[in-house]
Amino acid sequence: MVDLVAQGAVETPTVFDRAKALARFKFGDRFFHGLTFTAAIAVLILLGGVIVSLIIGSIPAIQEFGFGFLVTEVWNPVTDKYGAGAAIFGTLATSIIAMVIAVPIGVGIAIFLSELCPQPLRQPIGIAIELLAGIPSIIYGIWGLFIFAPLLQEYIEPSIIAFFGPIPGLNMLFAGPPYGIGIFTAGFILAIMVLPFISSISRDVFATVPPVLKESAYGLGFTTREVVGNVVIPYTRVGIIGGVMLALGRALGETMAVTFVIGNAHRISTSVLAPGTTISATIANEFTEAVGSLYTSALIELGLILFVITFFVLAIARYMLMRIEKKGAR
Amino acid sequence: MSLYDARRRKNAFYVTLCYAASAFGLAWLIWILGALIMKGAPGLVPATFTEMTPAPGNTGGLLNAIVGSLIMTIVAVLVGTPIGMLAGTYLAEYGNRSKLAFVIRFINDILLSAPSIVIGLFVYQIVVAPMGHFSAIAGMVALAIIVIPVVVRTTEDMLRLVPSQLREASAALGLPKSMVIQKIAYKAARAGLTTGVLLAIARVSGETAPLLFTALNNQFYATDLNAPMSSLPVVIFQFALSPYADWQQLAWTGALIITMTVLALSIIARVLGSQRKKS
Repeated sequence: MVDLVAQGAVETPTVFDRAKALARFKFGDRFFHGLTFTAAIAVLILLGGVIVSLIIGSIPAIQEFGFGFLVTEVWNPVTDKYGAGAAIFGTLATSIIAMVIAVPIGVGIAIFLSELCPQPLRQPIGIAIELLAGIPSIIYGIWGLFIFAPLLQEYIEPSIIAFFGPIPGLNMLFAGPPYGIGIFTAGFILAIMVLPFISSISRDVFATVPPVLKESAYGLGFTTREVVGNVVIPYTRVGIIGGVMLALGRALGETMAVTFVIGNAHRISTSVLAPGTTISATIANEFTEAVGSLYTSALIELGLILFVITFFVLAIARYMLMRIEKKGAR
Repeated sequence: MSLYDARRRKNAFYVTLCYAASAFGLAWLIWILGALIMKGAPGLVPATFTEMTPAPGNTGGLLNAIVGSLIMTIVAVLVGTPIGMLAGTYLAEYGNRSKLAFVIRFINDILLSAPSIVIGLFVYQIVVAPMGHFSAIAGMVALAIIVIPVVVRTTEDMLRLVPSQLREASAALGLPKSMVIQKIAYKAARAGLTTGVLLAIARVSGETAPLLFTALNNQFYATDLNAPMSSLPVVIFQFALSPYADWQQLAWTGALIITMTVLALSIIARVLGSQRKKS
């Protein structure tokens, strides 16, 4: 067999030299190993390159503004004064709103799909939910701007403002006027976008629960809620948190959908209904129009901040998911 | 008995919530797709596919944007796939449990979910700034960087599904390792590897953020890779935010075209993937 294969490999059907073929094999082995190794290292270099290039690009802005950049709200291209405060605030606020909405719903969908749904419907419904993740970000943007935001402005936001108006504290959080676009709209659309990540990862980690644990709980007379609350979720907590962090990483860096509906206002408002901005939306809106090296550099520093935040969130997510994978393997 | 009733009621309440959550998720999918079809379908006329993007007030189509998207996507996938596959092969076949492979896997997973706009900034720094102008090449580089982690991940996962007995059997017949991988493992994982490439195409064909300041946009039909090139997502972005009704109509039509393409690709990928698992 080896001779046959080797014969094919060296393509010398007339005079077959075994030693030559083996040398060729050895070379091929080493070459292929080297090739794959180089490609793998390239992935590392890629990440290093991203970080280094962002740091180099943001040096002028770092030198000019120092640490104050992180907390200053001013963003004024005319006077060349920049601060990331509003953008960082908007990024965190939209992501938190998204998580508050998406986590319970996403986990609820996962419970439905793994415990309640009739078997034949599981796959179609699961795929349909995951298709939400396949829809490109810009589609959420155009839909949000033309269809969802007007609806919010017309019907939903006025009633929210009227409802919370008399309640002290909350009336600051939901102060009008109803623009339709703003932090809340962006957060809500982000929630829909990250829903499939949370539900599909939760579903995957739910599948790692040994059936015998669930069966014995049911056997003791547990209701579905009690099985999920006392067996499934405690067993998979780390994995669920991992999935949530992964979704958070997505929400933080999401660009196009947010750019359409955030309103692009560089200010920090106490009302979630007010327009704001996020790091990614600022970069998307202003980068090509940025004149002057300090403006560009400030935008790149924004990118660096975003990358550092998402890096840590995603690193935690992966660490958590790795722990649950190990548990599943055992 | 009343305790049992209370538990049953509580259970019914939570179960209803779970049903409601799923209905909630599905409702958005139906609403978004429905809106896209309602708004976009009227624009699906031949002119959309044969004419250039118009000036406001004129009639036109999306031909240059569609061609630009196709060119950039194809080149990005052609460049990114081999690199991703080789790296994935290293992780699955050579690296395995080594520390280096662990680190690479970790980094790759982070790149997989990293904000694509940051990739755009990176490519701007390394390609656009030194060249001095925006170009299709920069757009392709950005898309290729997004393709790589997707392909690395699926390649590794799919190669791991290949039973090790297959590899052992071929090694026992005297095949060297590189040949085992190329002639046996790749062939066994072919459907899965195709899935990875399809997913990568689906992922990049809707990407907008990394193209905004790499390939930029172009009002005209351009195949020069050294010049700015228009793409469907960027045109949608520009036209949707414009005040002109006919531009907005083209944006909706473009959005419908992209979404259908991406969803078709991901469904095909899924079907291929599930066939693989069954067999």
